[in-house]
Amino acid sequence: MSLIDIIINDNKLKIEEGTTILDAAKEAGIKIPTLCAMPEFGFAPGSCRICVVEVVGMPALVASCTYPVREGLKIYTHSERVLRARKMTLEFLLANHPLDCMTCEKSGDCILEELAYSFGIKKSRFEQNREQIPLDETSPFIVRDLNKCVLCGRCIEICNEILQSHAINFGYRSSQVKIIADEDVDLRLSQCLSCGLCVVVCPVGALTDKAAQGKGRTWEFKKVKTTCNYCGCGCNFDLNIKEGKVAKVTSNPESIVNGIHLCVKGRFGYDYIHREDRLKTPLIRKNGKFEKASWEEAYQLISSKFTKIKKESGNDSLAVLSSAKCTNEENYLLMKFSRAVLGTNNVDHCARLCHSATVAGLAQAFGSGAMTNSIKEIADASAIYLTGSNTTENHPIIALEIKKAVTKNGAKLIVADPREIELVKYATLWLRQRPGTDVALFNGLMNVIIDEGLEDKEFIAQRTEGYEELKKTVLKYTPEVVEKITGVPAEDIRKAARIYATAPTASLIYSMGITQHTTGTDNVLSTANLAMLTGNVGKESAGVNPLRGQSNVQGACDLGALPNVYSGYQKVTDPQIQEKFSKAWGVDLSDKVGLTVVEILNAAYEGKIKGVFIVAENPAMSEPDLNHAREALKRTEFLVVSDIFMTETAEFADVILPGVTIAEKDGTLTNTERRVQRVKKAIEPIGEAKQEWRIISELAQKMGYNMSYNNPAEIMEEIAKLTPIYGGISYERLEKDGLQWPCIDVNHTGTKYLHKDKFSRGKGKFSAVEFKEAAELPDKEYPLLFTTGRVLYHFHTGTITRRSKGLDEICPEAFVEINPRDAKELKIENEDMVEVTSRRGKIKAKAQITEKSGKGVVFMSFHFHEAAANLLTNAALDPVAKIPEYKVCAVKVKKYQ
Amino acid sequence: MKQQVDNLQEEFTLEQINELNEIIEKYRVEPGGIIPLLKETQDLLGYLPINIQKQISDKANIPLSRIYGIVTFYSFFTMTPRGKHTVKVCLGTACYFSGGKEIAETIEGEFRVKSGETTADRIFTYETVRCLGACGLAPAIVVDGEVYGRVKPSKVKEILEKYK
Ligand code: SF4
Ligand code: SF4
Ligand code: SF4
Ligand code: FES
Ligand code: FES
Repeated sequence: MSLIDIIINDNKLKIEEGTTILDAAKEAGIKIPTLCAMPEFGFAPGSCRICVVEVVGMPALVASCTYPVREGLKIYTHSERVLRARKMTLEFLLANHPLDCMTCEKSGDCILEELAYSFGIKKSRFEQNREQIPLDETSPFIVRDLNKCVLCGRCIEICNEILQSHAINFGYRSSQVKIIADEDVDLRLSQCLSCGLCVVVCPVGALTDKAAQGKGRTWEFKKVKTTCNYCGCGCNFDLNIKEGKVAKVTSNPESIVNGIHLCVKGRFGYDYIHREDRLKTPLIRKNGKFEKASWEEAYQLISSKFTKIKKESGNDSLAVLSSAKCTNEENYLLMKFSRAVLGTNNVDHCARLCHSATVAGLAQAFGSGAMTNSIKEIADASAIYLTGSNTTENHPIIALEIKKAVTKNGAKLIVADPREIELVKYATLWLRQRPGTDVALFNGLMNVIIDEGLEDKEFIAQRTEGYEELKKTVLKYTPEVVEKITGVPAEDIRKAARIYATAPTASLIYSMGITQHTTGTDNVLSTANLAMLTGNVGKESAGVNPLRGQSNVQGACDLGALPNVYSGYQKVTDPQIQEKFSKAWGVDLSDKVGLTVVEILNAAYEGKIKGVFIVAENPAMSEPDLNHAREALKRTEFLVVSDIFMTETAEFADVILPGVTIAEKDGTLTNTERRVQRVKKAIEPIGEAKQEWRIISELAQKMGYNMSYNNPAEIMEEIAKLTPIYGGISYERLEKDGLQWPCIDVNHTGTKYLHKDKFSRGKGKFSAVEFKEAAELPDKEYPLLFTTGRVLYHFHTGTITRRSKGLDEICPEAFVEINPRDAKELKIENEDMVEVTSRRGKIKAKAQITEKSGKGVVFMSFHFHEAAANLLTNAALDPVAKIPEYKVCAVKVKKYQ
Repeated sequence: MKQQVDNLQEEFTLEQINELNEIIEKYRVEPGGIIPLLKETQDLLGYLPINIQKQISDKANIPLSRIYGIVTFYSFFTMTPRGKHTVKVCLGTACYFSGGKEIAETIEGEFRVKSGETTADRIFTYETVRCLGACGLAPAIVVDGEVYGRVKPSKVKEILEKYK
């Protein structure tokens, strides 16, 4: 690239050749108005012509957003001729435009309004009476007033090219042209995913945020940048605050993970904050009923009960369930509370139920149980092996990177999934394995790779151990053998193996479809085996990438809300570590590994655990075999629950403490790519609710342990001191883009991808794993295989998403997906009520007949308490990670009469 | 998908559907543009109703909004079926006042169609036009290019019966 000379408005400028005039002017500090162009997305259709400029020697004005500069170009951006042309263009745009800025939601942020103002246009000379297009208010989130549309095409570009959602386009011709959704239907009925990005880019008031109507003008809002509390992507955005209330969420282009993208939950799912049914005071159960209480009363009661249980039955009869929805600081405090105040290592959280197999498996293979690479690297991978992750619905922002890799960068995508997930559309190859046969499939792939000599011999020799044993095992798994086990054609196994092994960079991405099995740890070990075999770890755009579910499930693990480790995965059994924490906290600590979630509930069921403190978790919905779990909670002698709503779990509590939402507290969350990011307090706690970090330290104080902090920043200081991987983290350093651990000290800039020259454990360890069947398989009585998952519009047990008006409107009820052939045999029609029964329970829900589910497989999401999928699931555990088998159990289905 | 095929079968023969699937397959393997694909489909079926557009969208993995956008943009695509015969009734000034309006009303009542629609039995596609340039013959109608002049509203039915 060479620098050239140009003259803009009589000023000389040196600029890179090929830059557009628009960008050149920007560099010179001159603002040219634009309507259609979005340079940040490489979109400049040159259609609106509001950006025209005069180039000396050119007969006509040119659109500056598309015109590249050449040596010696002489440009006028605001000459009389230019202004006249712009004014004319504007008047044409305004000819059909309703002049109702005074009530338009967009006012104050509308390019058309701003231009009309600066050109002093009150009324267009070309006014027309175009037929009015009826307002489309059918979407719960977006209002479409196409009479205001200027046909810039931005929304179409975003929806089709950037998001690949393909919901909208131009339709009709000449004066009838308008934006259509699908076959010109209401937005609600189209395939629109309600991400709302079109609302962000629309320069005028044609597309607006429905829930924010009338809540305030753009200039009235205070914006607070924070991190989304739904999924592990860790998107950032601005909370818009007016008069102490959250009015809406808007994109913040400075967000490192997501830019201006957000999914429907992040953008439109925060109305639960101001719900009337938030818990506002502590509640104590008296004579079977909850009664309002003061904090003092509640603390007093908890303190005396816990102390009594401790004295009478020992420390280990108490347990704490922490939360992947709470901040890092709160997780740290909770595990400290458990260990230092209660004196037990019985602390765990719901990661046990989603990714404990990852933590166990990857720690064994690599020495560190987290996503090895970063989200942004996915787009540059040359091959992607995606398995057990319905990324589009569960990690929407990561799905965008996958689609970008395929559509823009030519990556080959292999999807291995029993369900026909959306990303299958982008796949070169789809392997539809029978649920629960992943180990066999991985072994088959490795068999082909070794057989055809495609393994990375150098990597294996220098950086790994245990290869010979692995080889011996996988040699048995020829594609033909594996076809018999998995149902995947041998030829496809060969093709997939070749694609993965020969790609310069291959990224393996997985999620709960891999972990939630009795063979969860084996599955994870297999992912590591495959990646090491081909040298795909420790380099950019490759790696083994588990997508973590909840917003802070990574952080909750990092901070030691686990029964066997302190923060930073420092073992409770290591005497040196024990001494370090003991000294820092000023108490003696137990070196006995504690119980996991499922074990805690089992112990409670048997009466061995007597007191439980649960913070922002809902085991009465999320546990497998719910009837058993609920009974365990009922039997718990003294149960304390802190949450923001009356959850299914809180119903069983003796004391309920009102916590707060992320809008009401400071802290940090760690997303799935190990990025520690800030959450910022934007409004005061509702009612008498308190931030969880306060609740925990005040309770500790009450129980006679000195735990006091002025703010979460101080807690982070303590974390950094005791936790090597968080060693360099402090609030000031997190301000802009956060930091990815390991971040050893204040000079360390964080780690983009792990295991670069050396694995965390030294050498990578291959583990030979044999295929084992799932714990419960379909049989004569229960002939169908039942598997569970999530949908885009809800989160986890639905505690908050189901309290979001729009989200619940769009997805109000549970459904069971059944393959058409099974449906036919069972004489079930689409939308029939069906009864699904397993050995453990029975539920009713509507049937959805779809090819998405393979023959013999039924699928259901677990968000709905009125049809709780986990009443059916099997609590059989993986022997290492103790993760329950949510993904496979046997059921029977019949029409409900 | 099965349900969709059932829907299609109400309107088209199995042969037509199979042929359509072949066309789609051809363009899927060797992408040659959406417009030729739609054109070939319309040549086969006569028109492009929504369920056909959906079928193409599903099978060829082309967004429905894209297809619909194209179909509504180019005037040679049509979403209503064409009848065997086309009846044009002139509603230009001369014809309108000398009985054209009544002719149109008669047809609309008799055959239960609105302008641009096709009769349920697919015999006639009915259109209204502005001045055929045959004002001397007002009121005029044209059936498959053949002009009928000075048509009495009461005779319209008789004229059309011949084409059935
Ligand atoms: S909300 Fe998202 S999916 Fe829906 S039309 Fe807009 S950009 Fe497309
Ligand atoms: S709806 Fe908005 S973004 Fe889309 S074309 Fe119209 S003005 Fe542009
Ligand atoms: S739920 Fe996940 S993808 Fe959606 S906005 Fe929040 S962090 Fe981003
Ligand atoms: S901004 Fe340049 S033509 Fe629209
Ligand atoms: S008005 Fe009918 S032919 Fe001219």
